Amino acid sequence: MRDKQVQDLKEYKYGFSTDIDTIKAPKGLNEDVIKFISNIKKEPKWLLEWRLKAYNRLKVLKEPDWQKPKYPKIDYQDLYYYSAPKSFKEKPKSLDELDPKLLETYEKLGIPLQEQKRLNGIAVDAVFDSVSVATTFKDTLTKQGIIFCSISEAIQKHPELVKKYLGSVIPITDHYFATLNSAVFTDGSFVYVPPGVKCPMELSTYFRINASDTGQFERTLIIADKGSYVSYLEGCTAPMRDENQLHAANVELVALDDAEIKYSTVQNWYPGDKDGKGGIYNFVTKRGLCQGKNSKISWTQVETGSAITWKYPSCILKGDNSIGEFYSIAITNNHQKADTGTKMIHIGKNTKSKIISKGISAGYSDMTYRGLVDISKNAQNSSNYTQCDSLLMGNKCGAHTVPYIKNKNSDSNIAHEATTSKISEDQLHYCQQRGLNSEDAVGLIVNGFCKEVLQQLPMEFAVEAQKLVGISLEGSVG
Amino acid sequence: MEKQLRTDFKKIIDSSNFSDKEIITKEKYLNKFIQNGFPGKKNEDWKFLDLNQAIKSNIENLDYFNENLPNEVDPKIYVDGLEHNKIVFINGRIEKIDLKYEESDKFEIKDQFDSESLLNNVNSLVDLNSALTNKYYKIQVKEHYTVKKPVIIYSLTTSKISSKNINIRLDFDLETNSALKIIDYSIDKSENNFVNIVYNFNLEKDAILKNYKLDKEENNNIKYSYNNINLDTNSVAENFILSLGSSFIKNEINCNLNGKYSSAFVNGIFNLDNNKNHEIRTSINHLNENTKSYQLIKSVLGENTKSAYQGKIFVKSNAQKTDGYQLSKAILLSDNAEFNAKPELEIYADDVKCSHGSASGSLNQESIFYIMSRGLNYKEAKELLINGFLLDVVEKITDNEIKNLIKNIMGLKE
Repeated sequence: MRDKQVQDLKEYKYGFSTDIDTIKAPKGLNEDVIKFISNIKKEPKWLLEWRLKAYNRLKVLKEPDWQKPKYPKIDYQDLYYYSAPKSFKEKPKSLDELDPKLLETYEKLGIPLQEQKRLNGIAVDAVFDSVSVATTFKDTLTKQGIIFCSISEAIQKHPELVKKYLGSVIPITDHYFATLNSAVFTDGSFVYVPPGVKCPMELSTYFRINASDTGQFERTLIIADKGSYVSYLEGCTAPMRDENQLHAANVELVALDDAEIKYSTVQNWYPGDKDGKGGIYNFVTKRGLCQGKNSKISWTQVETGSAITWKYPSCILKGDNSIGEFYSIAITNNHQKADTGTKMIHIGKNTKSKIISKGISAGYSDMTYRGLVDISKNAQNSSNYTQCDSLLMGNKCGAHTVPYIKNKNSDSNIAHEATTSKISEDQLHYCQQRGLNSEDAVGLIVNGFCKEVLQQLPMEFAVEAQKLVGISLEGSVG
Repeated sequence: MEKQLRTDFKKIIDSSNFSDKEIITKEKYLNKFIQNGFPGKKNEDWKFLDLNQAIKSNIENLDYFNENLPNEVDPKIYVDGLEHNKIVFINGRIEKIDLKYEESDKFEIKDQFDSESLLNNVNSLVDLNSALTNKYYKIQVKEHYTVKKPVIIYSLTTSKISSKNINIRLDFDLETNSALKIIDYSIDKSENNFVNIVYNFNLEKDAILKNYKLDKEENNNIKYSYNNINLDTNSVAENFILSLGSSFIKNEINCNLNGKYSSAFVNGIFNLDNNKNHEIRTSINHLNENTKSYQLIKSVLGENTKSAYQGKIFVKSNAQKTDGYQLSKAILLSDNAEFNAKPELEIYADDVKCSHGSASGSLNQESIFYIMSRGLNYKEAKELLINGFLLDVVEKITDNEIKNLIKNIMGLKE
């Protein structure tokens, strides 16, 4: 019985694809496609201009190549930049109008969109390929003045907010993938929490890539106004396909005075098969700006999926006394590769940051922690603490640590620690002596290794993440 | 630059007597350098210290050809209070070799051309050095011989030269069970030259190398030093770098732990003031089982100074039971000081113990208060703390005589 369960778990259970009619933009990347996307989304003129500006800049930019995991050249002309279920030409007004097939898909993923079924009080925005399909719990949120909708809807209904903040953290002049996203982004979530409001529930987005040959370019924008608080969670899956699919999202967070944003990610994109065939290229730009005084942004990520993960959720600590945090677990198995970490840019006075990163590599995989701590000249009395630990299972995999530490302020302190080790025989022996088999023992030890990060996740997801950690390493010991 | 290089290269070839084969090899190095040029910010290894920029802004018309006129060696330069063998370079030319404490058949220095051993490197400055040096010397320590007294390699520049590129190359062979202590000691009376030093060490089984580098005199030259050390079974390389005087210097140490049970140590001190810009970059490659490395780098940074430490530990997949450790600490005394670190681990084996740490910040105010409450003034308290901070690194030196010499140079108290 247990064996069967393990077998089931080992398989990537989100690997199915949904057979649904889609509308796609013509293949390729050019001005017409951008106009097509902008047009189909009925966007205002300024946004189209903004996209085209990004596109023009993209033409002169070069794709970066300094990362550890190398990948075959992506043919950007051979991708669909927009794909949406056909039934979405007019966005359905309520869930009842939604294509049953879509609902079914999200059921299978364990995300029932029907609100009545939701008991645990988490508002969900579901993004399917290029469009947001449904957002739940709108009424409860609206009462408090919280805006939680797809970014397309926000562009229509709250253009002043979008115009003010879009690109304020990740400008269109940023690096290659961020600029690509600015030119062709299709959908994503938008959150605005008004001053003094503590968001009563977890907000959550669920991303799903379905169509083949598509890239997913979503854009998420979260604004926490003065004194507000919001906790946001994203999850992601994709069908099993032999080709590599590109996912280049941009996430921008803005925290004003005394505001706090907690952003958690459980990333479980299709990692490719045992031999490293297929899987998602997860090249994501996530950046938070602590703009106001006493603001706080906290990133928590559990990265278990994707063929290649390449992302550095960052905090720009601009406001005085602001705080940035980064908690990460990254697990690579088989032929997966990850190059992930964070950047903490201290600009304001008395700013504090904390980085806890746990990397586990098994099989033939390769994992890199790359991080930057930069304390600028005027960031008096700032401090950073970094701890990054790696665990290796077997001698076919790699674990690397590449921190960059820059201190330009004599009043500030930076402390950095990193270790690399394997699970000790003693620990294993101790657990096994008490009746656990070797896989359970490893699971237990790994969970202990990750505990500091798992604790940071919202409760419901912590349980899921814990399971995911176990599954991802299944079969890597013994 | 290319034209100048080619004409100067020709002058060097014409004034020396290289064989045709040697000239072809040298040309290969030259072409490689011309292709890559001086490394700048875009080069990851030079991210914190832009050599290209430094040369451009400090040296007008860098001249690669050095006429190498003989110079008198002034015995006053010799280090006092330590019996030692001497090799003296003046303006890049060897002027004196004095190995009077050693048995001449056990310890030799030869004028010998090293063919293509460094041709596969990716360091353009090594290419420049290999292309333009007009002499190679190989120092050989025969098996089972322990060199009795340390060898001090004096590297002098006189006030006569300016805007010159000086290249020095030495090779060292330490045969089975031999031991050698060397001290690099530079004295500069010149300004605005680019000094490029390359040492290549081969340590055979059970050999012990102690390699100390002292850069203590104030000068306005731009300096680069590259040491490549290959270690065979059970050999040991101890390195110590004292980075004080030059306005711009980068010390690079590359250790290949090829043999089982071999070990490498790199310890370093930056104690900087007045617009100085220094860097140490190490890469320790653990290529076999049971190898060990230890690194400790400390910085004290005054007004307008910048120090950087890039340390890499690489562990190959068969290098099980590796023990690698690396620690860098910095005290920033001024708001215009900057400390950069990139401690890197690249690990492909699982049964290893590797860790690194880095800490930077100001002097601990509580410690200062403690000392002052016992009657010292602020300045004395500060000096006492810095003294203790740096002494920690000097104490790692295993040779007592040299340790005392360095303590005297730095004015450290116990």
